[in-house]
Amino acid sequence: MSSPKTNPVLVRTPAGGADEHRFVERARQGDLAAFEELVNRYEQKIFRLAMNITGNREDAEDVLQEAFLKAYTNLGRFQGDSRFYTWLVRIAINEGLMKLRKRRANVVSLDQEVETDEDVLPRQVEDWGPNPEQRFAQIELQHILDEAIASLEPGYRIVFVLRDIEQLSSEEIAQVLGLSVPAVKSRLLRARLKLRERLNPYFRPGESPLPARPER
Amino acid sequence: MDCRTVIRELSEYLDGELDRTLLAEVERHLAHCQDCRVVVNTTKKTIEFYCNSAPLPLPEEVRQRLHAALRTRLQRPTS
Repeated sequence: MSSPKTNPVLVRTPAGGADEHRFVERARQGDLAAFEELVNRYEQKIFRLAMNITGNREDAEDVLQEAFLKAYTNLGRFQGDSRFYTWLVRIAINEGLMKLRKRRANVVSLDQEVETDEDVLPRQVEDWGPNPEQRFAQIELQHILDEAIASLEPGYRIVFVLRDIEQLSSEEIAQVLGLSVPAVKSRLLRARLKLRERLNPYFRPGESPLPARPER
Repeated sequence: MDCRTVIRELSEYLDGELDRTLLAEVERHLAHCQDCRVVVNTTKKTIEFYCNSAPLPLPEEVRQRLHAALRTRLQRPTS
């Protein structure tokens, strides 16, 4: 058995490349081609992030453009003590949150601490059986995942996206969203559980409305 | 440790952030609680789905507009 704290059940690898620093340095000197290399590398991820925050393609495109424009014009302020991608993500998050707040004034409060323990216990505990994803074609699966995440309230969705897709630490998320670390963790737990429940109807074995036995 | 406590520690458990004592308690509970095992496994699977899913292709017209915007707004004559 392995020891705790070194053996997360989930294993993730951070995004980015080892030569990122080189391109950043050149871009900082005004080399637009080097900057475009960084854009090529991260445009898809930033667009997905923007879509996940704003839930709206038009806003996501604005966020995408603004994030890269701001990154370039503020490169002089980039300290280099964090990864460029993480810094870029922060810019994109801020742009995305501004859009979101503009669109949904009073609907979402990211700073509110509203959670109680009441909704923590999952209602559905049916197993999914082995390889539930094999029941769906890749494109169908992606559609299911997109729909499920889009259906989460922004306050949960954003925390989930930043932690489980962008792989920011809870501390980084707390900082960027202006929340406490316990609030981030609490939202993350709820977001993960809510998503699990939303995927449940697709992945539980069989079509029977009755509780199914785990598949062999 | 009861189910509610296990679920409350679920995220930290999955992320490997529980201290030894709590980890042992969670694992002891999971060893005999089928429901919690299901929730842990399906939540883990949920995260893995998203974690491993490739970003959707950036629509070509969005990409072109991005690069055009960068070129027009960033290309300044060096002075």
